[in-house]
Amino acid sequence: MTFVEYKQLNPFQRFAYNFKKFILNIPHAVVSFFKAIGRAIVKFFTGVGKGFANYGKTFVKGDWATKLSYLIFGVGDLHKGKYYKGILFFLSEVLYILYMVFFGWNYLKDFGTLGVVKAHTEYINGVIPQTVPGDNSMLILLYSVLSIVITVVVFAIYIANIKDAYKHQIMIANGEKPTTLKADVKDFLDGKYHITLLSFPVLMIGIFNILPLIFMILIAFTNYDMQHLPPGTLFTWVGFDNLASLFNVVDSARRAKTFIELTEWTLIWAVAATFSNYILGMIFALMINKKGIKFKALWRTLFVITIAVPQFVSLLLMNQMLQTNGAINILLSNITGSNVEIQFLNDSAFLARMTVIIVNCWVGIPYTILSMSGILMNIPEDLYESARIDGASPVKTFTKITLPYMLFVTTPQLITQFVGNINNFNVIFLLTGGGPSTHEYYQAGQTDILVTWLFNLTMNSQDYGLAAAIGILVFIVCATLSLIVYNSSKSMKDEEAFS
Amino acid sequence: MIKSYKFRRHLANGFIYLFLIVMGIIWISPFVYLVMHSFRGEGMITVPYLVPHEWTLQNYIDLFTGAGGNAQLNFPRWFLNTFVVACFSCVISTVSVLMVSYAFSRLRFKARKKFMNVGMILGMFPGFMTMIAIYYLLKAMGLTQNLVALVICYSCGAGLGFQISKGFFDTIPRALDEAATIDGATKNQIFWRIILPMSKPIVVYTVLTSFIGPWTDFILAKIIMGDKRENYTVAIGLQLMQQLEFKNTYYKQFLAGSVVVAVPITLLFLKMQKYYVEGVTAGGVKG
Repeated sequence: MTFVEYKQLNPFQRFAYNFKKFILNIPHAVVSFFKAIGRAIVKFFTGVGKGFANYGKTFVKGDWATKLSYLIFGVGDLHKGKYYKGILFFLSEVLYILYMVFFGWNYLKDFGTLGVVKAHTEYINGVIPQTVPGDNSMLILLYSVLSIVITVVVFAIYIANIKDAYKHQIMIANGEKPTTLKADVKDFLDGKYHITLLSFPVLMIGIFNILPLIFMILIAFTNYDMQHLPPGTLFTWVGFDNLASLFNVVDSARRAKTFIELTEWTLIWAVAATFSNYILGMIFALMINKKGIKFKALWRTLFVITIAVPQFVSLLLMNQMLQTNGAINILLSNITGSNVEIQFLNDSAFLARMTVIIVNCWVGIPYTILSMSGILMNIPEDLYESARIDGASPVKTFTKITLPYMLFVTTPQLITQFVGNINNFNVIFLLTGGGPSTHEYYQAGQTDILVTWLFNLTMNSQDYGLAAAIGILVFIVCATLSLIVYNSSKSMKDEEAFS
Repeated sequence: MIKSYKFRRHLANGFIYLFLIVMGIIWISPFVYLVMHSFRGEGMITVPYLVPHEWTLQNYIDLFTGAGGNAQLNFPRWFLNTFVVACFSCVISTVSVLMVSYAFSRLRFKARKKFMNVGMILGMFPGFMTMIAIYYLLKAMGLTQNLVALVICYSCGAGLGFQISKGFFDTIPRALDEAATIDGATKNQIFWRIILPMSKPIVVYTVLTSFIGPWTDFILAKIIMGDKRENYTVAIGLQLMQQLEFKNTYYKQFLAGSVVVAVPITLLFLKMQKYYVEGVTAGGVKG
């Protein structure tokens, strides 16, 4: 379609055209996403290859101290007079060896089997029974992961040590002197300031986010469940069994059924919750911010109170109010004059699901109002002014200025909300607790979404392996979605447009 | 012609006012119900009418003195716990969020984009997937069931929430940095002397969000504290009161406790909201 033809279309046709283009473009976007991943992998391996080449080259060209740095960290730096760095390198090697010998290796050596000795009873002198603790698969896995992460870090230090030694060798050869400690400290406040700023947060995130994540991802490939519960019993690697059992409608019919139906409901829920909040929230925000409406701050505050009150308070309260003898039924009884006892949450799956979505509007619309109000106030006034001078009607200014502006600005937010709703634990857990309960599902109720099912599996039935597998699936969906959107959104591409 | 236009506008505004009033009532009435029934004197869990007949302060007094109650439900202690945890985690989180967002916004270094993408991906895992592992890690450090563990948990991942403040920093003109650099300022000095003083809304916003966090979270606290009830925070404490064994006796105290927690948090939030709007409108233009 040419530009002229496009301009001749009416808004609805344009929308249809754009929508079609968007849908047709999805395969392309997915393909380019995977291509990008492929390129990244290739880049990674060529990088590794280059690293090896450099590794050999440095060894050949290095003097004795540089060569010795290949075995003992920091010798090169010490020899070239860069004492503090040399000592730090050396200390890191010593600490690493001590850690591995006295602690890490004991666990790492069992990483392949996750332990073989069960807890059992032995008889001292053949008479007195005594329980002997066996291997603890849990701790073996946890500390192995820790040791592997530490090893990777130490390897990075090792490479840095060699590079540093060689760098200083070259400097000395060129008649320069290594920088002093004072100059280095100064550099960390200026040129290398990002290292100073990021090291502490990255360390924290590494220990308390990345390490547990690796651990839980590995758990997905083990049979860690009720029957295999350390310290009493062992668990071991089972490969993709957990993932497969979610799709196997023959052998593990109940699990597969639960998974498939909960996935459906999770997606319906995420779409319904996101769009109902977005559209209704936008209408509310437009009304509040309309010219001529007074007490704007009052209205906004009124709605925002719902966000301010902690969710566990408002949702537990809502749960109570929606019970058979709760406030809402009482109110309905008073209005109709008869005894109304609607089972909002405990009887039919459909009613419970509708109730959850409606209550979620009550919880979520204020968020949309809050962010949209900010954006609405931010639309440049001169846009409207010139539209008015050109004689545009209010409807026209809305469809031509307000709406495109809002959509442009809030699309990333829409995706974040979608992902947030897939992971929306609070609303489901506190409001319905997953109910109405059913025997058709494995450890789940009719309104449970995948993440609350995951929670039940870990907390109630201790199916850690299965839960971790579900977590990974949820994550893959969310991460792919957000990565595609974020990296193609305008704000990512021209980050510096407004500065 | 003009008159009818005016009339139409008034009519439209009238409808909007009506709509807003009705919706406002719907939105606010559950909280009115909450506050009213926290002063209710009669009945146990629910009563078959909306407005209480007997008004009393007894629920609040019982809540704070533990009178006629169970020694395990120590609300003042929970309140203090939460306050302490909130203060510490607030300081640590704010510092790390601001550091990370400044680094990502103003400094240009290798792998900056990669770090940002990884940060975003990490935030996308279902949170409690890692909690079991965190629990065992803390146990290995000998830290389970105490408040230090909670502070660590609330503040360790804070650096991942850099998006909003980064967006704000992005809008501060880079010409300022350049001018300062020409005058001989280091990146460190630019951060402390120029960027931070200009970012009051976003600093206040970060402080308040991280202070509010511990008051509202309950899953993490529940997993870490387990059955050690004297170290509970208000959220799990109040949820405990809702449990079957306590619900009959403590339901009204639960309502009173909810009010006690919700009022200060609401006030803080309304204060924060102002800064949020300021910060996000400045930082959020690009979405």
